[in-house]
Formats: sequence, C-alpha cells, structure tokens
Amino acid sequence: MEKFTTLTGIAAPLAMENVDTDMIIPKQFLKTIKRTGLGAGLFYEHRFDEQGEEIADFVLNRALYNGAKILVTGGNFGCGSSREHAPWALLDFGIRCIIAPSFADIFHNNCFKNGILPVTLPREDVDRLMEGAERGANTTLTVDLEAQTITGASSDGGDGGSISFHIDPFNKQCLLEGHDDIALTLKREDKIAGFEAGQKQDQPWQWTGQTQEGGT
Amino acid sequence: MSEFCTLFDKIWTSHVVDRSKGGTCLLYIDRHLVHEVTSPQAFEGLRDAGRTVRRADAALAVPDHNVPTTDRAEGIDDPESRLQVDTLMRNCEEFGIRCFTMGDLRQGIVHIIGPEQGFTLPGMTIVCGDSHTSTHGAFGALAFGIGTSEVEHVLATQTLFQTPAKNMRITVDGELGPGVTAKDVILAIIGKIGTAGGTGHVIEYAGSAIAGMSMEERMTVCNMSIEAGARAGLIAPDKTTFDYLSGRPLAPKGAVWEQAVAHWRTLPSDEGAHYHCEENLDAAGIAPQVSWGTSPEQVAPITGTVPDPAAQSNPAHREAVERALDYMGLAPGARLTEVAIDHVFIGSCTNGRIEDLRAAAALAEGRKVAATITAMVVPGSGLVKEQAEEEGLDRVFLEAGFQWHEPGCSMCLAMNADKLEPKERCASTSNRNFEGRQGRGGRTHLMSPQMAVAAAVSGHLCDVREMA
Repeated sequence: MEKFTTLTGIAAPLAMENVDTDMIIPKQFLKTIKRTGLGAGLFYEHRFDEQGEEIADFVLNRALYNGAKILVTGGNFGCGSSREHAPWALLDFGIRCIIAPSFADIFHNNCFKNGILPVTLPREDVDRLMEGAERGANTTLTVDLEAQTITGASSDGGDGGSISFHIDPFNKQCLLEGHDDIALTLKREDKIAGFEAGQKQDQPWQWTGQTQEGGT
Repeated sequence: MSEFCTLFDKIWTSHVVDRSKGGTCLLYIDRHLVHEVTSPQAFEGLRDAGRTVRRADAALAVPDHNVPTTDRAEGIDDPESRLQVDTLMRNCEEFGIRCFTMGDLRQGIVHIIGPEQGFTLPGMTIVCGDSHTSTHGAFGALAFGIGTSEVEHVLATQTLFQTPAKNMRITVDGELGPGVTAKDVILAIIGKIGTAGGTGHVIEYAGSAIAGMSMEERMTVCNMSIEAGARAGLIAPDKTTFDYLSGRPLAPKGAVWEQAVAHWRTLPSDEGAHYHCEENLDAAGIAPQVSWGTSPEQVAPITGTVPDPAAQSNPAHREAVERALDYMGLAPGARLTEVAIDHVFIGSCTNGRIEDLRAAAALAEGRKVAATITAMVVPGSGLVKEQAEEEGLDRVFLEAGFQWHEPGCSMCLAMNADKLEPKERCASTSNRNFEGRQGRGGRTHLMSPQMAVAAAVSGHLCDVREMA
C-alpha cells in the first residue's frame, strides 16, 4: 500500500448526503476479478448518460475538478454495500483524501486499506471547505497527516487558514508507514495460535461442528 | 467497561487476541463466508504474497450474486459473470475451501445458507465480504461485513483489526398488528433513527416483539441493521435460537451440543449493562411500511402520502427529498396506495426464506397478478426452493401468475440478468432502494413479502390489511 504523508491537490465539492457505494461504483463494474482500472466506473451513472456520453455539469466532469485529488462531500459518505471497489475506483481516478462530516463504517475501514485518508470534520468546517471549493477559491488544499491539518490556499494567493482533524492513532500509523496489514498480523502468530488453543479447550463446538459433516 | 456486560461486550472480549494503541484490537474470527464478487482479489493477493489460508475449515463459499435464476443447464451466459463464478470455484479448490457450487442443492444466498447449515452459531464472530452479514446477528453472533482487503486478512490470519463499537439497544415491545411483519419493524426503525442512526454502534434488538419472533423473522430484522448504518445487529440467543439450530448439518451434536447450549445461555446482556444509546418502539403502533425514496430511511406507513420537500426545514433534507422524488417520479402529497407499479420481486437475503414464501403464497392463493405486472419469486437457497415445492407453494405462485426462479441474489442488486429498465417501478422485498440498485433508472419500493403480493394483485402499492 502506498504511504500517505502529505497531499496537495484540487478539492472537488460533491454536495450530497448519504452517498452510497452503489453510486460510487455501480454493480456492472463489480464483475471484475482485478483491483485496477475501476476509475472508469467511478460515479458512472452521474458522469455518463445512458448513451455513454459525459454529463457535462457533474462535478468530476468539470475541467476545474477532473484532476481532483480530494473530495469534499456530505455526511454518511460510503453507506450501503461493503464493496471495496468503491475506494479502488476513487483511488484509480486519483482521489486520495475524502473530507466529510461522517462516514459509513465499512467504507471508512476500506479507505485505510488502500492508502486513502478519510477526514471527519464538524459540519461547519466541511461547509466552509465545500463553499471554498465551489467558488474555486480554495481549490488547492494541503493535507498533512503527521500534523493532522488541512490548509487551504486560495487562488488569489491569500491564506486559506488551517483546520485540525482527529484520526485514530493506529490508522494514522498504518497510513504513514504504508503497512502491509497481513505481515503485521503474522508477526503475532504466536498470539493467534495461543488464542486458538484456548478456544479449542473452552469451546470445542467451534472446532468440531465443521468436521462432523465430513470437512470439505 | 462496567461489571455488567452487553451481549456485544461479551462476544468482543472473548475474541480479543491482542490490543494496539488507541483501542484497536486484533479480533479472532470464527467463521468466514465467501462469495464470488468480493473474493477474487483477496485470493489473488494471497497467491501474489505466497500466503496460505489459515483455517479453510472455518470458511464456506458459495456463488450467489452473479448466478442466473432461470434455466441453468447452459451455465452462465454473461462471460464476466461466468469468469467470476469459475474463479471462485478454482480458488476454493486451490485453497481447500468448501464451496456449494451452482449445481448443489445447498447453493443459495450466502446469508441464507450459513444459518441453514448451522454454520452460524451464537457467540461467534462471523464475517463476509458483504454488508448484509449483519443477518447472522439474529443468532447472537457478532457478524459484520468487510471489504476485500479484510477478506484477504481473514483468509491469511483468521483475525481482523477492529475498533470496539458502541452499544445501542432498540426495544420493540407489544404485539404486531395483523399484516405487520418483521420487515415492517425494521423499516420503521430505520425510518425513525435514519440511515446513519446506528453508525459506530452495534444494535441489540430487544423487547417482547423481538423475543416473540421466529429465527427467520429475527434474521429479517438483523439483515437491515446495515441500512441503519450499524456495524452489526444482535439478538440474544434463546430457546427459539437453539431449537432452530438443533440438528443442522454443521451444528454441534451430542455432548458438545449440550456444552455449547450451556455456554450460549450465558451470552444475553446482563441486567444493568450500559448502552450508549437507546430507542423504543411500540409494536402495536407500526403499520405496514413502504419506502418512497432512494434511501432506506425514506419510508412511510402505507396509509401515508409522499412527503412534500417544501415542508422540510433542513435544507440538506429538502434537497435530498427533492432529488429522491425526481428520481422516483413521484409527486409530493400523492397517496402511496395510488402509486402504480410494473414489477414485483420477492426474494433476497432479507425476505427469501421459507416463512417469507409461505406468507406470500398464502396471500397469493386464489388470486391473480394484475395483467400489467411482471412478478417473480426467487427462493433464497436450493433447500428453500425444494421445501417450497414440497409444500406446493411453487404451484400456488405459478397459478397466480408469478414466475418461479432458481435461487440467488437476483434482482436485489441486478448483477445477473434480472433487472429493471429505466423508470420501471418495482415492489421489492429486498433491502436497498438506492438509485440504480435494481437496474439503471429503476425505481424500488421496499416492503414485506405480503405487501409485495398485495401490490402484485392490485397493480399498485396497496395496504395488505385491506385484502383479508
């Protein structure tokens, strides 16, 4: 996984509540057996009409925002289906940070597995960033994960101010170091084996039920 | 944590393998359900890293999202769907995971077959790369959906990094009125707390109405916990739970069964346990529900009307309602019972079990699907289908003008050939009414199986209580 340290980029405003993962990446793109190339399907039914033509006024189709690296959006972003194709599609499109008042839990987890930083901010801060992004005033934001700050740079050269954000220390470390989670866990193999030995003793039904039917 | 523990606290504590800074825990995972859509990249990851599956015996796989629900003699037409299903079978063979293939009578929707086989047991941690894993919480198991990276993590290590959830309790007391089902209960709950109402929480459903439900009804309730934003749903295991599980193929037997039941009886939340948040509903006050919008929180009693965006004081809500009504092609103030439909879909992991089909068939018997409507019944598994056919339910449906299908996810998410055309309107027993969920431009109204039959017969959304 690519590390996340600092990110400077254009912020695209998507002023919508409860954006679900079906909207982020519709079902027809879930038939792939690869993680790559999903950017083409990102927000497909909003970016393209039924004939496959670009819908010009959708935010990510507008010239100002089609190179966006940051998405500023509404609450409960990423609700619904657990499909990791949603963060894969965002990443493939070039988005590595999403700023919202709240996130759905599974999507939030999936972001951290893919080097995407989801930033939760109070609604008034999100509204301010959204307004700036819509006006094209602070379309460039710098997200500094180590310092846990977002700094805006307005197009007229003025200082857009800085906002602090909170992040779980474990998730922060994983992003900063670009960990392979599995390698990290496998280092605790002895603890896992110890847990299993204890459970076999205390809860044998967890281990016998499967084999009674004859295994695979 | 206080000395009194909730059901969630007990399961969580008994599965912690290790703790990291900030409260994140390495949690042991007892059971892993696998399907074809969210697993191929996980198996590829294992292969690329030269890793193995830690416990193939703790996993069970089944193709469900892509499978055709009509004649399967010719296999799967769509080459991408076929590749995904074939890839699942190849991966399971390579890594030694049991898989119920398309020709197996036990094949079906992953959340139907887990309980059916006794793979799902109380007190367990259960995961699947699918958000409706919350279904298994009906057994008092901590069950939640995960992404593909986490699927790979579980395959390799049988554990997951998780932060503890908060406890929420929703108590539903009293008796449900005639024509009111478990689906109406969960839709009413989501309507009340909202689609993000449970975010960060595990919802424990309690109260006399929940205790009085069958296992299948409890599964319907827990299934849609994710639609309230919750990480999982939970119901305390009791005699109903044990009676359901006893004798299932993968459930423990003999002395070990007795030992298991004794343990399961200790799982229910302690009196005095702390909940971060509580909600109460009066069962008698719940009417049959239908969704009118594009989020599961956009529901109303069937006796109600389509809301007026102008009446919303919050601008974000107003915009959301406007947007939903535009997509759904509905006028503010219209009576819900006047909304004409084109399709009926009975099935899904929410409402594709035998009791759902029995209730639907009882209402369909002697009636006819309206001439303008295409109506389909898709059993949740091969075993549900077989049972229904033994009881003659297939003939009841066919005589009434419903189509009778092979098991799978089908039109709940329209990854196979079963889908809506733009602007077609569907009375659906599934769980999501998102834009495009059942086909691009398709319009979904969520409801119970009984309400779906009422809609099929009358040609429009209809109060099932008026059909008696």
